[in-house]
Amino acid sequence: MDGDIVFELKRACAGYNGRPVLFDIDLTVRAGERIAVMGRSGAGKSTLLGLLYAQRPTDVALVPQVSALVKPLSVFHNVYMGRLDCHSTAYNLRNLVWPAACEVAEVRGVLESVGLEREIFSQAGALSGGQQQRTSVARALYNGRPTLIGDEPVSALDRVQGGDVLSLLKSHHQTLVLALHDVHHALAHADRIVVLEHGRKVIDESSRKLTANDLLHHFGGEP
Amino acid sequence: MNRLGFGNTSLWFLISALLCLVVADITVTALNPWGEMLRLLRGILRPDMLSIEAWSVVWTIAFAVVGVGIGATAGFVLAIAFPHFSGVRGLAVMLRGIHELFWALLLIQVFGIGPATGVLAIAIPYAGIFAKVFAEMIEEADLAAEKVLPSGTSAISAFAFARLPDVAERFKTYTLYRLECGLRSTLVLGFVGLPTVGFHLEGYFKQGKYAAAAALLGVFYVLIGTRRLWARPTTVPLLFIGGLLLLPEGIGGGSSLANLARFVTHDIIPTPFRNGDVASLATWSGFAAWLQPIVWHKVLPGVWNTIVLAQIALVGMGILALLLFPLVSRQFAGRIGQPAGRVLLVVVRSTPEYMLGYVLLQLLGPSMLPAIIALAVHNGAIVGYLMGRHADALDYRMDAPKGVNLYAYDTTPRLFGQFLAYNLYRWEIIVRESAIFGILGVATLGYYVDAAISELRFDVAGVLILATVGLCALIDALSRGLRKALRISMLATRLADAPAR
Repeated sequence: MDGDIVFELKRACAGYNGRPVLFDIDLTVRAGERIAVMGRSGAGKSTLLGLLYAQRPTDVALVPQVSALVKPLSVFHNVYMGRLDCHSTAYNLRNLVWPAACEVAEVRGVLESVGLEREIFSQAGALSGGQQQRTSVARALYNGRPTLIGDEPVSALDRVQGGDVLSLLKSHHQTLVLALHDVHHALAHADRIVVLEHGRKVIDESSRKLTANDLLHHFGGEP
Repeated sequence: MNRLGFGNTSLWFLISALLCLVVADITVTALNPWGEMLRLLRGILRPDMLSIEAWSVVWTIAFAVVGVGIGATAGFVLAIAFPHFSGVRGLAVMLRGIHELFWALLLIQVFGIGPATGVLAIAIPYAGIFAKVFAEMIEEADLAAEKVLPSGTSAISAFAFARLPDVAERFKTYTLYRLECGLRSTLVLGFVGLPTVGFHLEGYFKQGKYAAAAALLGVFYVLIGTRRLWARPTTVPLLFIGGLLLLPEGIGGGSSLANLARFVTHDIIPTPFRNGDVASLATWSGFAAWLQPIVWHKVLPGVWNTIVLAQIALVGMGILALLLFPLVSRQFAGRIGQPAGRVLLVVVRSTPEYMLGYVLLQLLGPSMLPAIIALAVHNGAIVGYLMGRHADALDYRMDAPKGVNLYAYDTTPRLFGQFLAYNLYRWEIIVRESAIFGILGVATLGYYVDAAISELRFDVAGVLILATVGLCALIDALSRGLRKALRISMLATRLADAPAR
């Protein structure tokens, strides 16, 4: 799997609110790779994903840590937002007030894949946490860019549902970089696992060479 | 699906404003509005700094500081008593329900045009406002510390140790902010004869001396713009004492005590009761006969026009605020555009709407239009400014859209509840101001109050002022109910509570 280089970090350092968070990170992500980033909370996962995203924001579909939905708007609108950049502003404003049938049909298709087609015109703020997270995933799927960066994209879902969503993301996006906390998800869905500890990379290994115990040793994830 | 939502509520307000627009008189009657406006612009560009009446500036500060100081102190005392006595609550509603211009018109009858009238016209309504806001702040304060105080702690100790420290900072910020409102109110009092900046401005605008008006108004803006520099907790006591010493001498009026006694025991009493026997039925039927034409020919048309004006101005304010807020948001205007937008909105906000209405009346001629524009622009600038601050306090996701897409899909929908909260909160303020614009000639309640006072029929004026208070209380209750139904009653509504930048 020697695809083109999508992201490349060399001895990268980064801070958050003036506090250093990441130290000397070397990381190369090639097209087609499925990488899980793991580590305790505060280890620097989100900061690392932010660095990667900043390298090519126009090629990346993003699932942010907090679902970042516009709660007063409907699920349709929140998903449609994934492609605001593809349409003229006038067309976007028109869809805000009166959604076009073709857009509704396309968004409904995406929502079916995450099991939310019935909620298409519900207010996003009225959904449960898990539904909101699936809406956020649907927005990234609808966005459709080849690379997906997800910060704990299935944290509010149960393991079965989370596994389904991860399979869905794998089938739609060529390259994935996902922050995950569930060891089983990481081993089952990623082909490469990066573990951060106190802002340093301590593991960067093919998932086939790793076991759950190797990972649990580095952070107190649930078995 | 017919539940009250943000969308249909906004739509109903919009429709009601459009209907009001159909019946409102909004013609431009001036013969040459553009020519006059050009002269105004030329005057603004060439302010005549030599014409500035320095003492009017000093007196404006003195009236504002002393008036707001007394108002805040009285309000603080009322606020502590507030939760316990419903009578105090009613008193506070009454005090702030009557606009400072109405208070001034009434107080002039007792004290003449002098320091007492100016100070009390500010202090009395402000006491009511402070009482309400301070009481709300005390209620919102963190109660955790109070719960762990040893039992048997006196109420005053508990208040001083567990509550006051928590609310003192907010009291301070709010009081100093109110000083800014006090300066605006003091300016407006000049329009009924007190020797403040507004007194000279009225003359200049009337005579078309726009260069002199621009200079004086410029000083006023500087005064408001630098408020944080000169009005600090350390300087306020000095300003207060200095203000007391520097207040201007009064003119005319005779003995205040005799005037007050006459006013309270005779002038304000409805005519049928002045000589009649309160217990006799004839007096009451006389009162009914006296009241009926007042209600039919003054109260009802006054209320109607007040509502029509207020409804159009309210929706105008909302639309303007939505259009203006990107100007003061870093997200939209950028690091360079934002400060410029901020200066613009602060200047507009600092312009008292009453004065703006007066100027527009000179330019456009008498109709409802000047009042609508003045109210919509002044309040639109306030809400726009606040919304801009909220827009910058939002967290945006890393891949958020930009420009109009961000505005339409992200910022505005997310802030819409906050936007409605501000609008509904200002609804009552706009109604109160709409009533006041009657003094400028629009046939709202203030028009009838002013007419009754100039005919020395204070009993009639009293009925009309009570009607105004009632209307404001009704709108306030309606606004509260709507905010509750829309679940936005916990959102910020006061200027001093908007997110800091």
